[in-house]
Amino acid sequence: MSVGIVSYGAYIPRYRIKLEDIAKVWGDDAEILKAGLMVFEKSFPDVDEDTATMAVEAARSAVNRAGLDAQRIGAVYTGSESHPYAVKPTSTIVAEAVGATPVLTAADFEFACKAGTAAIQACMGLVSSGMIDLGLAIGADVAQGAPGDALEYTAAAGGVAYVIGNKESELAAIIEDTYSFTTDTPDFWRREGMPYPEHGGRFTGEPGYFKHVTNAAKGLMEKIGTKPDDYDFAVFHQPNGKFPSRAASMLGFSKEQIKPGLVVPRLGNTYSGSCMMGIAATLDQAKPGDRIFATAFGSGAGGDAFSITVTDRIEEIRNNAPKVEELLANPIYADYAKYARHKGKIKLA
Amino acid sequence: MSVPRFWRKQIARYNLVGTYCKACNEYFYPPRNLCPTCRREGEIGEFKFNGNGELVTYTVIHAAAEGFEGQTPYVLGIVQLEEGPRLTSQIVGDPKEMHIGLKVRPVFRRLGQSGERGMIYYGTKFVPA
Repeated sequence: MSVGIVSYGAYIPRYRIKLEDIAKVWGDDAEILKAGLMVFEKSFPDVDEDTATMAVEAARSAVNRAGLDAQRIGAVYTGSESHPYAVKPTSTIVAEAVGATPVLTAADFEFACKAGTAAIQACMGLVSSGMIDLGLAIGADVAQGAPGDALEYTAAAGGVAYVIGNKESELAAIIEDTYSFTTDTPDFWRREGMPYPEHGGRFTGEPGYFKHVTNAAKGLMEKIGTKPDDYDFAVFHQPNGKFPSRAASMLGFSKEQIKPGLVVPRLGNTYSGSCMMGIAATLDQAKPGDRIFATAFGSGAGGDAFSITVTDRIEEIRNNAPKVEELLANPIYADYAKYARHKGKIKLA
Repeated sequence: MSVPRFWRKQIARYNLVGTYCKACNEYFYPPRNLCPTCRREGEIGEFKFNGNGELVTYTVIHAAAEGFEGQTPYVLGIVQLEEGPRLTSQIVGDPKEMHIGLKVRPVFRRLGQSGERGMIYYGTKFVPA
């Protein structure tokens, strides 16, 4: 029995800040940063936007794209590391705002940048077992980075939602299989009550990102007997432009394969939305029959790999909601002062 | 605003759910339980607005009320929905973009919060369509 993506939706706030404008504040060299990170600008939220509002916008877009009856949704899981409440689910807000309540299960997920793909896996299990008809899995974040920290150059805002189902005629893409690789690796964390995360600097690279991404990716290809050449496109978690490019070449994927899904240079790292945004941008362009390989990474640490095949149904639903490229277009550029105000970095008396 | 008071009208605020009188074909937002024209002859039912509308009038707030200081200058407007009802809402966008007759569409945003410890109120605002 097949399981896969019935619909998807993305949301990106309109505000952008260029790396030059952040570097100017902290006396850093923007050219060195841009060359090192392969990120040129990042999104940030409006004053009245947060993870819940972006999750709702992405979820509504997903429901509308395939013209779904939201009452069929039996589970809403929102993955984020910036849930507006420490206790009180974001997912109930989303469920109410898309009209899926009251007969459903809901919970919030947290696994650094891969909570959204963990939500997809949970929904795959629930629909495959017949417990629910459709599942809504979301990754959304107003990514946090302390002022002056390296993370501030990339921490962005955005949300992506996937509706997971198992009725073959409804599937816009079949998820052939998924494979996860997880260990206890303290490369990045945020303690209770702390406003900004801490990280292990370079430690986040080899023992964190690369180990988990490559092991999850290799594990999945071994499990289902595929190789990089079998795929038309590939997406890897994109904390910056450099990491996914390097992971792709380590695994044997080409620059052309990762190009449609590499949105980080113009968007920044949307944390829980990062890899899912790349998959959405790829689905926006993929043709029926195309195969997509995707691997998300979450600090802490783990990798979730997916093998996806696009179906004919994609052509019918694709144009019914904003594409990632359309959401990236027409940004409003702002300086650091406005960015700091929108992100609540300036405390009012 | 108290938590129960907000919660009672939450669906209306999240999803622009109002009411409609089948007897006189009039739409209401916020929802009315009784049609003011047809009174007892009226037949009221629930109606979900798609939220597309037009800006009837607006003002730009520079001296904000408590809790909105971080948002100035912002636009407060009266929006007329396609079906007829008018409602007051914040209009998200550059005040210079605003004009009477501007076509608007709904977005899901934070409406406010009860301080740092209290509840966050979510609901509908409008943006230029």
